[in-house]
Amino acid sequence: MTGMYINIKNKTYTTADSQKNTAISNLNLKLNKNQFVCLVGPSGCGKTTLLNIIANLDNDYEGEIRLDKPQFLPTIGYIFQNPRLLPWRTVRENIELVLNNHQSRKYIDSLLNSMQLTEHQHAYPEHLSLGMSRRVSIIRAFAINPDILLMDEPFVSLDPPTARQVRNSLLKLWQQRPHTILFVTHDLREAITLADRLIFLSTPPMSVISEIDVTIPRKERKNEDAIEDFRQQLLNEHPDIKTLL
Amino acid sequence: MLNKTLSLFSFFLLIAIWHGLAILINDNTLPTPVLVLQVLWQEIESGQLPYHLGITLLRLIISFSIAMILGCAIGITLGLNKKIDAFFDNWLVIFLNIPALVTIILCYVWFGLIESAAILAVVINKIPNVIVTLREGTRALDKDLLEMARSYHFTKQKTFFHVIWPQLHPFVMAATRSGLALIWKIILVVELLGRSDGMGYQLHLFFQLFDVASILAYTIAFIIVIQGIELLILKPLDKKALRWRR
Repeated sequence: MTGMYINIKNKTYTTADSQKNTAISNLNLKLNKNQFVCLVGPSGCGKTTLLNIIANLDNDYEGEIRLDKPQFLPTIGYIFQNPRLLPWRTVRENIELVLNNHQSRKYIDSLLNSMQLTEHQHAYPEHLSLGMSRRVSIIRAFAINPDILLMDEPFVSLDPPTARQVRNSLLKLWQQRPHTILFVTHDLREAITLADRLIFLSTPPMSVISEIDVTIPRKERKNEDAIEDFRQQLLNEHPDIKTLL
Repeated sequence: MLNKTLSLFSFFLLIAIWHGLAILINDNTLPTPVLVLQVLWQEIESGQLPYHLGITLLRLIISFSIAMILGCAIGITLGLNKKIDAFFDNWLVIFLNIPALVTIILCYVWFGLIESAAILAVVINKIPNVIVTLREGTRALDKDLLEMARSYHFTKQKTFFHVIWPQLHPFVMAATRSGLALIWKIILVVELLGRSDGMGYQLHLFFQLFDVASILAYTIAFIIVIQGIELLILKPLDKKALRWRR
């Protein structure tokens, strides 16, 4: 639970015909402590690349990722687009496995309970619906109490009611256990529903087009009209955003 | 239930056909199942069969273990490292294609008619298969899960036992099954050519005496042991490892 500075001077990638392209150049982001930030950008603009860099899965870049507290390696809770649960471990074992020392049973119980997964805790992932698997992967990320939570379009390919349900559970969990969240999506409505702040990104080389605070109070976020109004207003005021979506 | 009845029926049909043929031919070269069972019992009682079967089993366990451990280690290494794989690929192709008999003869010629030469010959025959199977398994590892393990700071040990090994398990089991089948067959030839005990040696002896009843009795003991390994060891291992499958 801390803020983070992200400064990526240069990130290149090599295409299949061995051409070098720039994916990210001079990207500066500051994430405030316990803020929910949504990155919005078109597919293929390098959002996943950015998350992989922050998660230390990709070291091939120039720049710096720094927490605003002195620490060698930030703890990252990464929620991938696919849940990436171990199929040979039950829901509970999947969560236990990311915890280093055996946390109390109660701790895991409370997490499972907050996502309505208590009765499925001994099920294997193949027996779960996609929505449930996504919830498990969210719990797994929260369980390690990370400095920052990365979410890579975790609600994509869910049907709208399920997506809404999982979004609500996520918000509930986040309000109980505040964390700094970096959430990637290309769905502007979803971003407005979830975020404190929106960051719009352009196609490669990735750069920040604009940063906008979502001013709708949290209590009113369930009102779809309020979300839609905000979206319309946003698109009218920032016509350049329209081209991204 | 129906399938079980059917397979039981087909088993007895096979015995019946054998019995019918034996009576029809009425010759020492094809004894009846009853006679074979009597011989089997005599051999067990005299202690001859358990002794030789035990020796062969011991050779099997030793050579199988060495081949599996080395083969898994080499296979995983090759699967993980493209450069090493490219370097050793030719070797592997050559070893895969050397006939078992050639390896056995060469081992006996170079190292003498000793126990370690026999084991070595079996191991050399088996290892390339294990390597190839495990290399395929390692190449097929799920990169997404490995990334997950890295991002959650799994230790190397944890990654191996909880992320990699369960994915390799089907390949290890495939190598085990094909390995046992192969080693059983090779080990008999090894014994026949250069040992003075074990099933292969006994079969050689019976062959010289034209004692078909004893040959068949040993064969039956053999089949029973292999099925026993499958049912008592391999099947439960499979079941335990795959309980998560839908």
